[in-house]
Order: sequence, then C-alpha cells, then structure tokens
Amino acid sequence: MKTQSSLSAVSLPKCRRKRQNLRLNIWNHRFYYLMLLPAFVAVLVFSYFPMYGVQIAFKDYKGSLGLAGSPWVGIKYFRDFFQSYNCWTLIKNTFALSIYSFLAGFPIPILIALLLNEVSVRYKRFAQTALYAPHFISLVVLAGMIIAMLSPSIGSINAIIKMFGGQSIYFMSKPSAFRHIYVWSGVWQDAGWNSVIYFAALSAVDPQLHEAAIMDGASKLQRIWHINIPTILPTIVIMFILTAGQLATVGQEKVLLLQNDLNLDVSEVISTYVYKRGILHANYSFSTAIGLMNNVVNVVFLLIANWISGKVSETSLF
Amino acid sequence: MTATRDSASDRHFRSFCYVFITILLLFVMYPLLYVFSASVSDPAMVASGKVILLPKGFTLEGYRRVFQDKNILTGYANTIFYTVVGTLINLITTVPAGYALARRTLPGRRLLTVYFMIPMYFSGGLIPTFLLVNQIGLYNTRAIMVLIYAFNMYYCIICRTFFDSMPKEMEEAAIIDGCTPFQTFFRVILPLSKALIGVMVLFFAVEQWNTYFAAMIYLRDQDKYPLQLVLRKILVLEQTSAEMLSNAIIVVSSLPVLIIYPFVQKYFEQGVMIGSVKG
Repeated sequence: MKTQSSLSAVSLPKCRRKRQNLRLNIWNHRFYYLMLLPAFVAVLVFSYFPMYGVQIAFKDYKGSLGLAGSPWVGIKYFRDFFQSYNCWTLIKNTFALSIYSFLAGFPIPILIALLLNEVSVRYKRFAQTALYAPHFISLVVLAGMIIAMLSPSIGSINAIIKMFGGQSIYFMSKPSAFRHIYVWSGVWQDAGWNSVIYFAALSAVDPQLHEAAIMDGASKLQRIWHINIPTILPTIVIMFILTAGQLATVGQEKVLLLQNDLNLDVSEVISTYVYKRGILHANYSFSTAIGLMNNVVNVVFLLIANWISGKVSETSLF
Repeated sequence: MTATRDSASDRHFRSFCYVFITILLLFVMYPLLYVFSASVSDPAMVASGKVILLPKGFTLEGYRRVFQDKNILTGYANTIFYTVVGTLINLITTVPAGYALARRTLPGRRLLTVYFMIPMYFSGGLIPTFLLVNQIGLYNTRAIMVLIYAFNMYYCIICRTFFDSMPKEMEEAAIIDGCTPFQTFFRVILPLSKALIGVMVLFFAVEQWNTYFAAMIYLRDQDKYPLQLVLRKILVLEQTSAEMLSNAIIVVSSLPVLIIYPFVQKYFEQGVMIGSVKG
C-alpha cells in the first residue's frame, strides 16, 4: 500500500482507481459535507433568504399581503429617495465619514507596525498588549466614555482645557466636532488592533536581507524603506482593496450611539436613516431600497478597487 | 567613518521609535486609566473635574450601586448566557466548515466557497433580515441572539487557512490507521489546533459580549436584554442621571474581556492571521 497521495484516502485504495466516479467521491466525503452543514444552513437562512426578500425594494410591501402578494411598483422607492430633501445630505455625510476614517485610519496601523518592530522585544510585547486593549471595549462603552470625557461639566478633557485657562466646550452638541470625534475615537480604538496584520507580514521578512544590507552599510531607515516596506506591500494592497470596498458604508452601530438632535445634520448617514425609516417607522420597502442601493454601490467600489490594484500591483482579491 | 555615522543616525532613529511608541501608549492608555480612577473616586471630585489621572477620595460606592442594580445584574446574566451559547454555536458552524473547505479533494469545494463568500460582499440588508426573523418566529426570543451571527465567513477563512497550512502527513497517518474523518478531526486535528481554537473563542466571545444592535432590533422584553443594551440606556440615553455609577459600570462590563485577551495575544500574529485576509 502506498502512503503518499492519500489526500483522498478516505476511500479505500481500491476505489482510488475509479476516482472519476463523482458519486462515489461525494459519498466518500460525506463526513466533510456534514461538517459544512451547520454553516450551510446558517448562511442559507440568515443570508440568502434575506437576499430573496430584497425584492420588496421593488414592491409596495404590506405585512398583511406578504412577500409574494404585495404589488410591484418598480423603482418608485428609489425615485422617492433621490427626490427626498435629505438624500444628498445623507450621501455626503456617509462619504465624509468614511473617507475621513480611511485617510486617518489606514496609514497609522502601518506606521505603528513599522516603528514598533524596531524597539526591544519586551517593550514591543508590552506596547502591543496596551495598544490592543481598546479594540476589546464595546461600542456602547466607547460612546459612554466619549460622552463622559467630553462633557462640559464633569469631563476630564474640559477640566484640562479649563486648567489652561480656556472655556469648556460642549463637544457633543457641536456639529463641527462630530466627524473628528467619530474618526479619532475609531483610530484610538482600532489602530493598534489593525496593525496585527502588518506584524504578521513583517515576521515574514528574511533576516538575511537585513544582514546583507547591514554589510553594505545601509542605515535602519534605508532598510525599512527597501526591505520591510516592500515585504509588507502585498498585505497593504489587500487591506487597501478591502477598505476601499467599504468606502460607501458607514455602519449604523457607532453613529447611532454618538448621534443626538444637535449634531443630526452631520451625523445622519445612510445606514442610520435606513434603520430609522425601516425599523422605527416601518417603511419597509423604502428603506430596503436605500439599503439595496448602498449595497450595490459597495460592490461596485470593491470591484473597482480590486481592478485598479490588479492593474497597478498585480495583487488582487479575485 | 561612515559606519560610525550610520550607527549614530540609527541610534537617533531608535530613540525616535521609543519616544513615538511611548507617546502613543500614553494617548491610548489615558482614557482607560481615567475611567478606572474615576470609578473608585469620590463622585463629588469627579463631578467637579478634579479627577484627571489618579483617584481622589477613594470609595467603592459606585461598584456597590452597580451590584445593587437589578437591570444590570439581569443584563449581566443574559450576556453570559448569550456569550457561552453563542460562542459554542459559532464554533460548531465555523471551525468544522473551515476544516472541510481546506480539503482540496472535496467535490464542489470551489462552488461552496463562492456560496459562503457572496454574503461577505452582498447582503439582503437590515430590513429583509428583520422581516425574515419576524416571519420565522424568532423575534423577541433568546434564540435569535445566538443564531443571527451564527456563521462568520471571515473567521471561517482564518480556520481554512490554518488547517490548510497543517502538515498533511498526520491526517494521512490517522486515516491509514483506520480513523474516520470525524475521528481524525476530533482526535488528531483539534488537539493540534489549540492556538486557532483559542483565537476563535476569543473573537466570537468578544463579539457576543459587546454587541448591542441585534438586541436593540430583535428584542422587546427588558428581561432578555444583554448587558450592552442596559449600558446604552445608562451611559448614552440618560447620561446625567447615572454619573455616580457610570465609571464603575464601564469597568465591570469591560474587565472580563480585557483580562482574557492577553492570554491569547501571542497567537494573534503567530501565523493565525497570515494569508487569511485574502479569500
């Protein structure tokens, strides 16, 4: 009996000769299909059934009539959205938040990984533990901390401002402060965590390259520039595609927590609007239409980012 | 000559790295230290802005109030339930699926991978999911809290990459010794996958522990609320009435997670993440 090539040795060696027999092959893998079954069912129910339900964007959905019984209305709800008075504000707010988050949040983790790679191992370990901590805090707690720390009466930030003789500022009610609060609290929470992937990539750097470069008299900065950065570049590109593919999305969870009546003009984004119109006001078809449109734009963004990076760097998702 | 000049500039750069990282650490740690200090300080000191870094007027009154609050305790119990059951379900759906998808001989492997990956990029959206949950009778049940995020393809890809990078010889040996794939998976593969399981448990548990949005949409009865939804009410919706216990409650709700992750931290980079971003 040969032991190599038994990747498919689930089957008896005798059967191996008939591997082209698909049915037998499937039968031999029955245990693996069974392992996939829970995932298959979960995705079918909670991902694919809702995709079927997305047709209510083109229907006038009434609960009493059901999905099939509700009448078709074509693109009525899409038109309604584009004719609504706040449509462009929503789009502008969404892109402002996501592009600002991207510009602030994308380079910092790379910088952290590159610089933290240069300090002693013990300090690096300690710094990593500390930098990852905010990632494990919930959004509710994060929002609670932001609100408390920025509070004009009890907040420590305002206490510091007052200590230096300034006036206390009610940050949460200033529309002009909302985007900065949202973005930089996000950087605070996730920049450290997002550097994990670059640490992993940096661990693949060949030490021999550094040794050779040192022999040739390269300085540390030169070695980072010519060895470390090129090594992690494919990872940077992949992360770039994934992030760029998300540019049309701003999740509702954090925005809803930081939103209040006073900053609504800049804090209302597409996802929060979908939530309010859909869940709170039961305008099911209308908000499904907005959500669907947002989703399609996302997919287009992802494909464009993937295509561009495939052209420029020969690294792409698919 | 040049060698010494270079090493001097290297030294400068090294010092710059230390300074940069230290300043970064101060920024990251400050809010956490502040909340902790405020939680054990005299509320009057906190309210008048006297607490800036270190505790002033030590008291555990805030913690006493937290543990007397019935809503918080119910929320805590609910969250523990959702986290334990939800994490188990997540593991059952995600880890074996990753193992099966790592098997290159599996007929239909590509098709199945596409099936699982499409929802990463395209989803029905909030409202169709909400209507579906209503339709199948899971609205306002505890079950929806542990089922709605039962499967996560991103984590499944991490599992698949991990199993794919395992040496194939062990599996082969087990199969030749007469193990069924189930036995191979449970007796040979899983005991060798402690790093992966540890990271997966952490990721799933943290997500279950920290989520509030699903609960806000799918739950109506207050006695089913997880901790985060109770916190939202206290910390975000009625900010002023709760200054007394708000810092203590932040500490009590975040501490379990903050204590656990350093134990798994060494696995974060250790190959678990490598190559996993790319689908």
